[in-house]
Amino acid sequence: MEQIDALIVGGGPAGLAAAAELHKRGIKDILLIEREDCLGGILRQCIHDGFGLSRFQAALSGPEYAQRFIDQIEELKIPYLTETTVLEVSSDRVVTCVNRNGLKKYQAKAVILAMGCRERTRGSLGIPGERPAGVMTAGAAQAYINLYNRMVGKEVVILGSGDIGLIMARRLTLEGAHVQAVFEIGSVPSGLSRNIEQCLNDYDIPLYLSHTVTGIHGSSRLEAVTVSQVDECFNPIPGTEQRYACDTLILSVGLIPENELSLDAGVQLDGRTRGAVVDEHYQTNVPGIFAAGNVLHVHDLVDFVSMEAERLAEAASRYIKQGMLRPCPVVIQTDDKISYTVPQSISSGQDVVLSLRVKKPLTNCRLMLHQGEHILQEKKLKKAVPAEMLQIICQKDRLNIDLPLEVTIE
Amino acid sequence: MIKEYTCIVCPRGCQLEAVMEEGELLFVSGAGCKRGEAYVRQEISDPQRNIATSVLVLDGRMPLTSVRLSRTIPKNSIFSVMAEIKKKVLKAPVHIGDIVIADVLGTGSDVVVTKAVDAKTCVSAQK
Repeated sequence: MEQIDALIVGGGPAGLAAAAELHKRGIKDILLIEREDCLGGILRQCIHDGFGLSRFQAALSGPEYAQRFIDQIEELKIPYLTETTVLEVSSDRVVTCVNRNGLKKYQAKAVILAMGCRERTRGSLGIPGERPAGVMTAGAAQAYINLYNRMVGKEVVILGSGDIGLIMARRLTLEGAHVQAVFEIGSVPSGLSRNIEQCLNDYDIPLYLSHTVTGIHGSSRLEAVTVSQVDECFNPIPGTEQRYACDTLILSVGLIPENELSLDAGVQLDGRTRGAVVDEHYQTNVPGIFAAGNVLHVHDLVDFVSMEAERLAEAASRYIKQGMLRPCPVVIQTDDKISYTVPQSISSGQDVVLSLRVKKPLTNCRLMLHQGEHILQEKKLKKAVPAEMLQIICQKDRLNIDLPLEVTIE
Repeated sequence: MIKEYTCIVCPRGCQLEAVMEEGELLFVSGAGCKRGEAYVRQEISDPQRNIATSVLVLDGRMPLTSVRLSRTIPKNSIFSVMAEIKKKVLKAPVHIGDIVIADVLGTGSDVVVTKAVDAKTCVSAQK
């Protein structure tokens, strides 16, 4: 079995950034494993503009953003495998993978989980009705159109106002389809407001909040959907049904971190993020197994994925050199307005970037880090919405390691 | 008169309020940076957008490359520019930064490749 310092599972934005940063920090014995036939992950199909404003101070398309990292991988001669699937990661960091050359095992000092996330599908919503062709996730439609040169339909209805759905509303319109409407079950959009503006309003595509699809009709191909209004508990209101004739239903109804390999390795997941529970080093409960990017928690912007993976790589490089990392006894607690924080525990050894999201939209609020009455940090926010990830820095010298850290917003 | 805008310059998406009088912009509030006011000024006089789409590639590892515009174009020329881009077919290899159409429809904007597509050969993994 081949020994290796760092094995990275996934060649998307998180894996690429982690690989390049590990190399810069002196860890050269790396292997990056990717199941697709080229590096870049989901960025390859995200051809729209707007990536890189934080990380590179430039507005790039997804493929350009990915290429900046791929170029580094090539220049640094970091080894990678494509068309290779990781089958298993064990708790003692043995990684089993397979490709056309057969099965191979690696014993890694550190395993970096960077598998990203997948989309929720019709199955996870349980929409009643028939099972015709023409019902697909926004990411699947994006792959058909932007990677494989296949148009998905002509008369389109979109369920869910996630960013990929909004981006696809515009993309489908540019390619000649008619997007009738976007329906969102929640009372606020789940995508960024700039995407509502430039993807829907620019093309006169209506967005209906508190509406959902309650019926799918068509025998071989989709013929129509039934849409209903919903009450505060998201229950459809009888009598509000409306039928929309369409041949395509695009679902943009959320993303789920892809953690099957993590579970096999004994990694404990957080029910709120559906990603691993990690400490400030992005280390999971299994020593030497780290996670960052969308496999850890779903991000709003790829820039934050890259920067999180770079912070992971900094810690993982210390782990590889020293064999251990400072324990993180300070558990982070949140109030009921905050849905989660990442990481979930910290030490007082370094300043830590806390990423979090709010459950409901808030305006003119104050985000606070405190231990009991003692306020460590506060940040005034004009607005906070669930669609946007928030970050706040917890400074090491203010922390009392005998108390939990409370994160509240008011 | 107050007109509301959502700034699309960056992902923050600031909610802007433009105070107008007789068609003249007096001031803009709500902007997190100075680009917000410039955005509103542009929206009032001549709204501009960038677009991204695909172009066919022959003999490539992939059937499509992606493109975008080197600078924004008037919003009302989006569909005519899309039609121009659709006419193009490239031959692999194509490189990031290749210009597919210079000064498309006289807009002053170039259509630029954003994804490298290698010629169709078997590229094997490194390790």
